[in-house]
Amino acid sequence: MATKAGGTGRFTQDEKRRDSDHVSFLKHRSFRWLWIALLLSGAAIAGYLMIDQQPRPNGGTWYGYTLGTIGVLLILWLSLLGVRKRRINPGAWSLKAWTSAHVYLGLSLIVIGTLHTGFQIGWNVHTLAYVLMLLVIATGIYGVAVYATLPASLSANRKEMTRAQMLDALTAIDRQLESAAQPLGREDADLVIAAMNQDPFSLGVIGRLTGNFYGSCRTHYALTELEDDEPGMERVYPLLEKRLAQLDQIRGQLRIRALLEVWLFVHIPLTIALIAALTAHVISVFYYW
Amino acid sequence: MGETFKVAIIGSGPAGLSAAARAAALGLSHVLLEKTDHLSDTIYKYQKGKHVMATPSNLVLRSDIDFDAGKREAILGTWDEQIAGHKVNVKYMAEAKAIRGTGDPIPGSMQQIVTRARDGTKSVKEVQRHAPPYAIELTNGEVVMAENVILAIGTQGNPNRMRCPGADLPHVQYQLDDPTEYVDEHIVIVGTGDAGIENARGLAEDPAQRNTVSILNRGTEFPTAKAANVSALMADHEAGKLMVRTESETKAIEPGFITLTTRDGEIRILCDRIIARIGSAPPRAFVEECGIEFTSEDRGAFPRLSPVFESTAPGIFVIGALAGYPLIKHCMNQGHDVIEFINGNTDLKPADEPIIAAKFAELPGQRSTEEWLEFLRSNVSILGGMNPLQMREFMLDSEAKFFRAGEVIFERNAPGSSLFGIASGSVAVEVNPADPSITIPIESGSIFGEVGLISGRRRGATIRAAEDTIVVEISRLAALKLQSQVPSAKAAIQRISIERQLLQMFGSGLTREDVAPLVEAAQVQEKRAGEVVVTEGADDKDVFIIRRGSMIVEKQIGERPVFLSYLPAGSYFGEMAVIDGSARTATVKAAIKAEVIRLPGEGFLDLLEKNPALRERAMKDMAGRRATNAFIEGQKDSFSSVVDMYSQTAQFLVDNGIGEATDVLLIDEKLCIGCDNCEKACADSHDGLSRLDREAGKTYAHLHVPTSCRHCEHPHCMADCPPNAIKRGPDGEVFIDETCIGCGNCQRNCPYGVIRMDAKPPKKPSLLQWMLFGKGPGPGEASYSWRKKAAEKEGAAKAKQAIKCDMCSGIDGGPACVRACPTGAAIRVSPDKFLTFTKLTEDVE
Repeated sequence: MATKAGGTGRFTQDEKRRDSDHVSFLKHRSFRWLWIALLLSGAAIAGYLMIDQQPRPNGGTWYGYTLGTIGVLLILWLSLLGVRKRRINPGAWSLKAWTSAHVYLGLSLIVIGTLHTGFQIGWNVHTLAYVLMLLVIATGIYGVAVYATLPASLSANRKEMTRAQMLDALTAIDRQLESAAQPLGREDADLVIAAMNQDPFSLGVIGRLTGNFYGSCRTHYALTELEDDEPGMERVYPLLEKRLAQLDQIRGQLRIRALLEVWLFVHIPLTIALIAALTAHVISVFYYW
Repeated sequence: MGETFKVAIIGSGPAGLSAAARAAALGLSHVLLEKTDHLSDTIYKYQKGKHVMATPSNLVLRSDIDFDAGKREAILGTWDEQIAGHKVNVKYMAEAKAIRGTGDPIPGSMQQIVTRARDGTKSVKEVQRHAPPYAIELTNGEVVMAENVILAIGTQGNPNRMRCPGADLPHVQYQLDDPTEYVDEHIVIVGTGDAGIENARGLAEDPAQRNTVSILNRGTEFPTAKAANVSALMADHEAGKLMVRTESETKAIEPGFITLTTRDGEIRILCDRIIARIGSAPPRAFVEECGIEFTSEDRGAFPRLSPVFESTAPGIFVIGALAGYPLIKHCMNQGHDVIEFINGNTDLKPADEPIIAAKFAELPGQRSTEEWLEFLRSNVSILGGMNPLQMREFMLDSEAKFFRAGEVIFERNAPGSSLFGIASGSVAVEVNPADPSITIPIESGSIFGEVGLISGRRRGATIRAAEDTIVVEISRLAALKLQSQVPSAKAAIQRISIERQLLQMFGSGLTREDVAPLVEAAQVQEKRAGEVVVTEGADDKDVFIIRRGSMIVEKQIGERPVFLSYLPAGSYFGEMAVIDGSARTATVKAAIKAEVIRLPGEGFLDLLEKNPALRERAMKDMAGRRATNAFIEGQKDSFSSVVDMYSQTAQFLVDNGIGEATDVLLIDEKLCIGCDNCEKACADSHDGLSRLDREAGKTYAHLHVPTSCRHCEHPHCMADCPPNAIKRGPDGEVFIDETCIGCGNCQRNCPYGVIRMDAKPPKKPSLLQWMLFGKGPGPGEASYSWRKKAAEKEGAAKAKQAIKCDMCSGIDGGPACVRACPTGAAIRVSPDKFLTFTKLTEDVE
């Protein structure tokens, strides 16, 4: 065990990490990628203004081609984030740095892409690619916004429980409900059984995103129908209330997770569509050269 | 009374079986006593189909019966067959109760048995030893006579018995094999550890059995049970399946009824059966009663043995786990050897001879193994108190190394908890990292590296060989064993460590003579987690150095205590009150179990007076600490809520084990989007199994401590690892190597629940195959069902082994969990860097 400090050269690296690289992807390395993106955009704008493009600013001038090439390379590289995040080894890179670059360079595409069009918009495949790109960026902006604002509420809603524990808690309540509801009459018992048999996950897309499912929630319905002062209700009613509270937590979790993820279901298909449109755009441009 | 056997072997585990087989093969008159009705009860009780490992693999097996890694059933089957084949004389249902010498009293041979009562008082009983033959009294009243006795009873011990009136009634039992056996009964379970809870739940599980089950808890908490078990039990209680009686103790037992004392007085309830699961007593008391002395009063101590395993009672031999060898192969070899010794074969070399010989192969000078062992023993002062058997055992966990003049032995900041003894030559300590030419010599015979051993922290200085030097590197485990076996070694290590710590305290410039009076007056004190060492406002005047563990400093500001700072091992405190004579300005308490060196204030002042440079340095340190404290107090006036947040967050982290961590994963839940990419990356970096559970664990103010290894300074998991497979690696990571036998001790010992037992799953199809063709389970840990199916397809199921975080050792770029976090929520920190005001209050978004 007589080892050298950082035998694998990791000690210094580890110390730096332990010194706490505790900043978000937006602030990563004092906004390094924001500055790079601003620089890139600034340079693109300056070039657009200063270079005399003949006959007029257009994707087909040499400057237009330059911007287009930068744009296309950026788009392809940005889309590789999906592979990167699933392939952690090998390589000493950090996904946070990639996310940071993805966000800021992605935003810089608004400037680069727009300048590349030379503000010539029409009903054609070229504009289709441009519009798709803007849509991808717009969904991305939504993603950044929810990433920055929602995690705290996700954490607060969790109350130190794991998803499995939330479901276990619900099962435990149901077990108690089942025995407590034994003395109830047919009608009341049916309400309780209906509540217990409802799948907590069958909420529908709208319900999941808005968190409003009291319309179809049978536990909620049972609570409105039953009276807490009826005989036999001393245990059942509070248990149903507990069940509703537990359901609310689970649904809260589902809702926030859905809000955090839903944009990806648009962002990624749009990206694929964008790459397809881009391919068509590039091929057609060279075909009619 | 029947014949007197040449040898009686008590216990039919691997050690006892091997001894009995050897005795049978040699034709010695023998008897093997087994308390149950089957051989090898400990392995018999393993769960069905458990894979038993055969480590260490480099140790040859020397036994008349076979053993190889394999399923429990196969191993037991082989043993049953071979024991029958050897015509071993086995006596089942024979539990030894006492062993007495029946010969003359041995003059001057007294055994002192110390018993400690709960209130801390000791009583000493003296027992006169008698010469063999021995009479072994069994619990059924029978007596077996033997000239020699081999104790191979392991360390499991016997279940603790109930002690109230009626405890000996037949319906009080200590085990429950099959909960479905009992129907229509009123059953009371005593004891709320995991065993008791599992029994109670098992009995109440099926309402069709119509059992009325209650479980008694002396208090209101369940400190010894797993959290999952407790919550399941409470759920069963709420569901009315069983009854948890808190603050209840048994007062008396009678047929059909039990009387309990509860908070509200005594109650008498129906009771047809009592199942007591109240732990088990180590067999030490029984062993001592036989006239066998232990090496120390330490709970982990082993019997004192000669090189041929003979105890202090002549003719009684101790082998196997009880002698300190928990591995099956060791046990079996000893069983073989001890019979050879008893049979007069004195030339037998131990089976581990080649392993030890290999350790000396690289050293210059032609010496035999015995000569080398004696060379180390006589030259390294702390090893002087050991006998040859102990030296051999010691050497198995240690290494002898040769360094040429100028070679580095270890470097500053390298992790390492081993201790070095200098057998010949000398070394130089580079005390000043800025100037390697300033060194302090350590002479032959002395030790170094003790700070790493005691504090569990990184090496404080680079050490080079000053001339050609032979050192013995004593692993942490061997060093701990040495200290518990040889009290003089413990005292020597302690003294040297205090002296060195004092010399290091204020940098160089002090000599041994300067600190000698302080070393003399210093006391080492143990502190429990949370124990207050210095109280704010008090006027005691001692100075403390933290030897192991860590402390937190807090100050009462307004109504509440405010966390000021975190002090890791190696820091000192309490000097302010001594230097300026004021009252204590803050409270210092142990963050975790800790040890401090207490130095009397006057001695410390004397030292300062004689050394103006030291005084200056102390004043400078003090000014720095004052400034920090004043800063936080100042903040408190203007930003009260920020300081409260800081203070409470720091306290929360300390409560969750960060105080003993060296590198811990935290998740900032203001940033965590719950994508679980950290877990997926972990699984993909390590054989397809995740070593962290992001969601589990505590959270305070959006700072989450997930279930993941803290790489403790003194890892709890290392405490009881039979193959010694848990080690600290080159980057400070605590890892488990491939010699793991899957016993699960580390999992039970880890207070943070970060170790899982699982079989390595088969390889998944590549990422590309998954992305393009949907082959395989995709990134991250595959579901249990996929793993099971894939493993079945591959054929032979792999054994379960302990799995834990290794800090992505050997992976370029460092911990995958941190690298794979897209938002920066996952961070890995060390407490001394993170538990500061700036870090805990910084704005990360």
